[in-house]
Amino acid sequence: MPKPILTIKKLTKKYGNNVIFHDIDLVVNEGDTIVVIGPSGTGKSTLLRCVNLLTKPDGGEIWLDDLEITAKGADEDRVRQHIGMVFQNFLLFNHLTALENVKLGLTKVKHLPEAAAHEKALAELTRVGLADRADHYPGQLSGGQQQRVGIARALAMDPRVMLFDEPTSALDPELIGEVLEVMRNLSLEGMTMIVVTHEMGFAREVADRIVFMEKGSIVEEGTPDDLFYRPKYERTREFLWKITELYGKKEAKE
Amino acid sequence: MNFSSFIQYIASGTAYTLGVTLVALPSGLVLGVLFALLYVYGGRVVSRLMSLYSTVMRGIPPIVLLFILYFVMSGSVNLSPFWAGSISLGIISSAYQMEIVRGAILAVSGEQMLAARAIGMSTLEAIRYVILPQTLRLAIPPWSNEAAIVIKDSSLVYALGVPEILRRAQLISASTQQPFLAYISAAVIYFALVFIANRLLARLERRLTIPSNP
Ligand SMILES: Nc1ncnc2c1ncn2[C@@H]1O[C@H](COP(=O)(O)OP(=O)(O)OP(=O)(O)O)[C@@H](O)[C@H]1O
Ligand SMILES: [Mg+2]
Repeated sequence: MPKPILTIKKLTKKYGNNVIFHDIDLVVNEGDTIVVIGPSGTGKSTLLRCVNLLTKPDGGEIWLDDLEITAKGADEDRVRQHIGMVFQNFLLFNHLTALENVKLGLTKVKHLPEAAAHEKALAELTRVGLADRADHYPGQLSGGQQQRVGIARALAMDPRVMLFDEPTSALDPELIGEVLEVMRNLSLEGMTMIVVTHEMGFAREVADRIVFMEKGSIVEEGTPDDLFYRPKYERTREFLWKITELYGKKEAKE
Repeated sequence: MNFSSFIQYIASGTAYTLGVTLVALPSGLVLGVLFALLYVYGGRVVSRLMSLYSTVMRGIPPIVLLFILYFVMSGSVNLSPFWAGSISLGIISSAYQMEIVRGAILAVSGEQMLAARAIGMSTLEAIRYVILPQTLRLAIPPWSNEAAIVIKDSSLVYALGVPEILRRAQLISASTQQPFLAYISAAVIYFALVFIANRLLARLERRLTIPSNP
């Protein structure tokens, strides 16, 4: 029996009267890689932000293991430690070196002693192939390198789940590969991940399931093969092939 | 009397000018940072209050505020004109420094706050370890402008009888009937102080610049 790590029940989010999504149900099992796709403005980013409590949902529940994290009185800062987040624009701490970026959460949030934090941070940078850039500031790194530091920073907290919000869409095409490579390895190592991305090559290769969201609800979810070759809805097929063509072309052109 | 003896006499007020500045500027900074944080993160009501404070304080000439604060203070606590004047100037400057810091916070915050919260930091931890270190760097150039203003505004305490540069210039001007020489000497000293302060801050700014590729 696969064990659910993250269970989303009837999740609803509104901004004012504007319903961003409603009644989203999603179960993520330990070790799963879930790829979320959908048109712009569908609420994918908002969904990820709700999952790590950066935004408050208006209805429904989110469970992390056996804990309802949306319950009143849940320790939100603590929950966030266990849910790693990787942003489209990297959002590294600009005044800190790569190593310090990874280390900050370890010393200030986890309160590890300096030496242990240093060692752990270096190990995480090594994991994303950037040990030799430890002393570089974000402004001295390429976009791909910055994003890998972003991943290392999240990994350092030993999260139960990693959330990726379009981690490669701000990158030049030639830098996308190095980030996807790191993510692929993570997935193979058994990290539980939810990835919003339009990289269909990545999705087909590593996703256990693809979730297609549109207009605030999940239209369809299934294995990559199901969605590409046996979709229940014509709309799913259309969208999948459209973005495959769109992003495939961009890759081929470079 | 020649120019150099003018300078000497007036320059002996420099200690007061520096003293007033060194009390007013840092106390204005502490208050300014605190108020800016309250403005940005304090919630609706507190934010309104801070906005009101800023508008009112910046809408009144410093000399008028100085008199008001001075009389309020000398009425309640027994402070010397030097301390009352310095603290008053600090309070006045806090409104301007608050706006400087607030602007810098708004430039840094948002996404950096999001990233800090995402690794499990509380808002306070995020402010301390992520927001402020970047904000204060960003604030140095406009702050250096405010430092110059406070040095120059320190001359206002002459009105309270503190024997700083301007006060001395006035005295010697009256006693020698050479106002031009007296005030030129004061101007030279003020200019030198502002010039040195700007240079020091520019150096600090360079030292704290975060390296990046061109
Ligand atoms: N803070 C906010 N206040 C009001 N509306 C918001 C806010 N954040 C997002 N929205 C709205 O919510 C909707 C969903 O936004 P979201 O960023 O989640 O979409 P998305 O699926 O991630 O889109 P994209 O592919 O462009 O990233 C959009 O219509 C957006 O305008
Ligand atoms: Mg988005």
